[in-house]
Amino acid sequence: MAIIHVDGKQYEVKGGENLLQTCLSLGLDIPYFCWHPALDSVGACRQCAVKQYKDGDDKQGRIVMSCMTPTTDNTWISIDDEESKEFRETIISFLMTNHPHDCPVCEEGGHCHLQDMTVMTGHHNREYRFTKRTHRNQELGPFIAHEMNRCISCYRCVRFYNDYAGGTDLGVYGSAANVYFGREKDGTLESEFSGNLTEVCPTGVFTDKTHSERYTRKWDMQFSPSICASCSVGCNISPGERYGEVRRIENRYHGELNGYFLCDRGRFGYGHVNRKDRPRQLLVSKDGRREAMDAGDTLDFIRQQLQAGKPVLGIGSPRASIESNYALRELVGTAHFSNGQTALDAALTRLCLDVLRQGPAKCATPSSIEDADAVLVLGEDVLATAPRIALALRQAAKGKADTMCAEKKVPDWQAASAKDIAQRLLNPVFVATPAATRFDDIAAATHRAAAPDLARLGYAIAHALDASSPAVEGLDTKTAELAQRIAAALKAAKRPLVISGTGCGDAAVIQAAANIAWALQASHPAAEICLAVPESNSIGLALFEAVDLEAALARAAAQPSVLVVVENDLYARLPAAQVDAALARSTLIVLDHQDTRTAQRAQALLPAASFAEGDGTLINYEGRAQRYFQNFDPAYYDRSVAVAESWRWLDRLQNGDAARENLDEVLAQAEAALPALKGIAAAAPNASFRIKGMKIARAPQRQSGRTAARANIFVHEPRSTQDADSALAFSMEGVNGASGVDRPPELLPFAWAPGWNSPQAWNKFQAEVGGALRGGDPGVHLVKAAASRPAYYSAVPAALKPNGALRVEPLYQHFGSEELSSLAAPIQQRIPASYAALSVGDAARLGVNHAERISITLDGQTFSLPARVRPDLPAGVLGLPVGLAGVPPLKAGSAATVAKGA
Amino acid sequence: MSLRSAKDPNYQKPLTRLIDTAAGPLDLKGHEAEGGYAALRKAIKDLKPQDVQAKVKEANLRGRGGAGFPTGIKWSLIPMGPDAGAKYLVCNADEMEPGTFKDRLLMEQAPHQLVEAMAVAAYAIQAQTGYIFLRGEYVVAAERLNKAIAEARAAGLLGQNILGGPWSFELYVHTGAGRYICGEETALINSLEGRRANPRAKPPFPQIAGLWGRPTIVNNVETLSNVPHILLNGPTWFKELNQGKTSDAGTKMYGVSGRANQPGCWELPMGTTARELLEVHAGGMRGGKKLKAWLPGGASTDFLLPEHLDLPMDFDTIARAGSRMGTGLITVVAEDQSIVSAVRNLEEFFARESCGWCTPCRDGLPWTVKILRAIENGQGKTGDIEQLSKMTRWLGPGRTFCAHAPGAMEPLQSAIKYFRDEFEIGIVCDIDSAKPDVCILPAGLPDITTDRDLAQKKAS
Repeated sequence: MAIIHVDGKQYEVKGGENLLQTCLSLGLDIPYFCWHPALDSVGACRQCAVKQYKDGDDKQGRIVMSCMTPTTDNTWISIDDEESKEFRETIISFLMTNHPHDCPVCEEGGHCHLQDMTVMTGHHNREYRFTKRTHRNQELGPFIAHEMNRCISCYRCVRFYNDYAGGTDLGVYGSAANVYFGREKDGTLESEFSGNLTEVCPTGVFTDKTHSERYTRKWDMQFSPSICASCSVGCNISPGERYGEVRRIENRYHGELNGYFLCDRGRFGYGHVNRKDRPRQLLVSKDGRREAMDAGDTLDFIRQQLQAGKPVLGIGSPRASIESNYALRELVGTAHFSNGQTALDAALTRLCLDVLRQGPAKCATPSSIEDADAVLVLGEDVLATAPRIALALRQAAKGKADTMCAEKKVPDWQAASAKDIAQRLLNPVFVATPAATRFDDIAAATHRAAAPDLARLGYAIAHALDASSPAVEGLDTKTAELAQRIAAALKAAKRPLVISGTGCGDAAVIQAAANIAWALQASHPAAEICLAVPESNSIGLALFEAVDLEAALARAAAQPSVLVVVENDLYARLPAAQVDAALARSTLIVLDHQDTRTAQRAQALLPAASFAEGDGTLINYEGRAQRYFQNFDPAYYDRSVAVAESWRWLDRLQNGDAARENLDEVLAQAEAALPALKGIAAAAPNASFRIKGMKIARAPQRQSGRTAARANIFVHEPRSTQDADSALAFSMEGVNGASGVDRPPELLPFAWAPGWNSPQAWNKFQAEVGGALRGGDPGVHLVKAAASRPAYYSAVPAALKPNGALRVEPLYQHFGSEELSSLAAPIQQRIPASYAALSVGDAARLGVNHAERISITLDGQTFSLPARVRPDLPAGVLGLPVGLAGVPPLKAGSAATVAKGA
Repeated sequence: MSLRSAKDPNYQKPLTRLIDTAAGPLDLKGHEAEGGYAALRKAIKDLKPQDVQAKVKEANLRGRGGAGFPTGIKWSLIPMGPDAGAKYLVCNADEMEPGTFKDRLLMEQAPHQLVEAMAVAAYAIQAQTGYIFLRGEYVVAAERLNKAIAEARAAGLLGQNILGGPWSFELYVHTGAGRYICGEETALINSLEGRRANPRAKPPFPQIAGLWGRPTIVNNVETLSNVPHILLNGPTWFKELNQGKTSDAGTKMYGVSGRANQPGCWELPMGTTARELLEVHAGGMRGGKKLKAWLPGGASTDFLLPEHLDLPMDFDTIARAGSRMGTGLITVVAEDQSIVSAVRNLEEFFARESCGWCTPCRDGLPWTVKILRAIENGQGKTGDIEQLSKMTRWLGPGRTFCAHAPGAMEPLQSAIKYFRDEFEIGIVCDIDSAKPDVCILPAGLPDITTDRDLAQKKAS
């Protein structure tokens, strides 16, 4: 607690942070560049200067950088002081000496922090009359455009990319007034978090190349509060739309989940929404050809099929909303509803859910992961399966610097000093996975083994922590020593953490991770667990009582049925023969927003809404229900587009004219029908929520050209689409943030506040800058940890004994393993070529050279892939990249036979 | 062969008494014959590390790199004791201050003096490793220092268990890549670690977290070179070396460059006047020209005038005169030299040597250079001098991240103060020859031009 005096006013503040952060939290504006709430202070730009006084009587004072000055009790400062104001304006004039003033053609314009700060300081008169330095730009790959002339050398890009995200291929070159931020040479930025450069850069040096192709100013886009569906983390996003297309994804701040940063898969993977080959009309298959039909006829056709007397089976999807899955369950009946997941995925997800709600270990969020001081990653390549967690994990490792700073009495927000003090010392992170990961660089030790052996290591660690947990027989000395070492590190920590998940497809791994987290509880109540699950709504589906996909398909194969498949490509989950057998004699009705292989076989295909065209709820890996809201109405620009949420189609199918009016009604019924969903409706305010009688506008108040937007179709401007499902209004009418009235954090469509057009505007929505959003970070926890520990898991698996056949280990890819993002053209450029990974020993035994083709027989399928001989892979294992072209759906742990040759 | 020290029987020039530039530096044997490494032997055999620190503190040795910070106090901030862990001693030998060449002389001509000094200083702070961060262009010094280190190591004066005691010390020469900013001790540390040579934020000071995050002392070559002599002859002797000329202790490596008859570098009592340096040691101004101004100790010190020549050259007196003694090697400007050109030359150096970290320095210095070039070419505009004056404030102490830009502003602000007329000559009346009735005002001034203003401008 500290009392500070700013321009004669007294404030009571927390104290301990820096004056810039304190003042911003108080709602006082001080311009800044190099400081960032997640990157802390380095004092480079000198923009945040204020006058500091010794005491209330000191009239002279001295200029200090507020970001570098601690907030201590009895601090006296002035932001309004004339000399400070003049200095701050001068700093802008210095930055402008080399800035090209190209705002009209710059894609940062309108959400540019440099523009905002220039206006804030009042700098409007150019006094510099000499030449400007210029730079050559680089080709940085499909995501990021580079325009170095705009650079103001704030160093944020390298501080984010290298220091925060662990990148190695972006650097700062040159010196003096010729400082260059780029790669050593042209080439794709390698980091999985490169997209954050577009938001971290305060001006237009790094801009979103995927947006560039269909560029729209921020103020001309329509936004919605949305949830990324590219993995199970549930990062909050803010998609921006114009003319019926998603044009960009921006980060939507969430204090506990994504904070300020997204992964590239989430940010740039939206292209599936805009694909030309998406089903946008109702399609009915006649004589092998698909024809568009109107809704009434199609729904009648489908109703006839449903009532034809054949069993009706519903196949839901972990990438569809709770509402759509629920509506399907209603349509087909509980007994005929499948969760659409393979038996293995469903069982593993269910196991994760059990661990979270039957055990006492709390589920970690990315923000709590950052505070962990010893971490074991068991089996999960989180950079591929739940990328935002990997970024948080990196901060956990670097948390060592905070401890060391405290010892040296240096505030930990002194980012450069923290780096100087900690050097390369990190908190212990142990990475035990089947194959190398791209975060091995922060590992105190890595361990490579097949899933059963990873589980054995995990059980041994748990046993070392609590002797009453099951021991592991016959562990080799090296692994036993490692288990002791990891157990000791976890024990020595204050906030130990175990990260695991469904990624290596083995229940024993998850069970071992649970045992460790539970064994720690007695001595470490703060010990947490984090379990990544396969998809954006996997946990949601686990809350439904449902059969798995194999069971549903077996029923359809045994008896001709009507299959209603919601947003699920069955061919991506199970071997084609198995799917074909089920579909051969069945009637297939598909609801999807992508023309998947399954959709192409449908007798009737209903165009479902993607996340951008519909509302719904997703439940993330923690069991947090979060609502996403429709970004735009595609029919506004094209009346022939019949896209609607799957739940809406299903409701109309079932109830016809008596269909429910809006999402709230669906949610209310789902809550009533499924006790596990209790509370889900509270994830966001309902459709009747109003502020002073008004809805919340999706578009910024300055959105322009609405009158002309449809003029090429018809001169008459129709009424904006009315949204019955939410408290949000399409277009710019409604509460937009200009009035200073807080909107609920779940309903913030975009970051904007008066004077703050850039993503830095999030400062204006937080209770404390960098902390939780005012009103609380969005989401409702449907899953809560238990008070006491259940019995330890005890099914310690046997060690893998190579016996000729190879055990399949799925290798998840950041780009390529996730279905929807892989449909986006820029992502496709980053998907690696397919391969099959072999250990050096197995390759030698099989006589296979690197890059040579090998033939693989697996679960009755035979296919061929080029071999990649990898020194990191353990013996007896075949690593197959999930989801890549030429790699069929995999069952982890299957035995594969491999032979040389195609 | 007679002993070199014989020419200084009273031990009045400790730093240079063994230097004979014609004969070259002494090898280990020669150096030891002259009393070399006696201080190290004394320290290790008879003194505790804290005793060595106390003697240096009592001697009031002040840093010879330019800032004059008391060396003993600097050392006393370093953690001592058995739990202190790894510590480093770094010699700042990145002598790049324009007009300064004293450390070069000491390193090229008396390399063993520095090696011994580092060993003694490292013993005092109980550092296990030392680095001489040497200016890259000092090729001869690098060669001679490395040779001296090899000799000392072979003789057991460096390395493991020095002189049979429990203390070990390794010493390395690290040559720089040619950046002035590496003379700033924290930028030097970054450079030594292989990072960009940007200065670090303080606190933590290097004594707490320096090289590799460990406690580190950075001292200048000349500063360190004094240490063995203090140990051998005592603090009182050291304090009296100034011959009563000033309150600052010891001798000082002084020098003169610029248009003097015999530019050079000499070890003289602390507090010797600049007049003695210029007129006695450097033989006066070349070609009988009058002295116009002088920089007391490098490019980053304020100009002084001929009227200041009789002040004793010590840290506090020169500071009171409005400048800094800096390195103590003065640069003289003759009456027929343009002060604008001189300053422009200095600022070009500073602009080029900015590390590029903080805005005022990175972007303000090039702007300063461009204005100075315009004025130098007679193309200055109304308001340019005011803009330069603003620069001296906005690039001043506290505004920038380190002392580089404030140092750069020192010669500029004093040049404007003393020679404003020379700047004014370079300002043209902003009248567009194509449209003589339109007066173009510099940006930023309100356009209130009247016929009368124009007439006045033309008349002037």
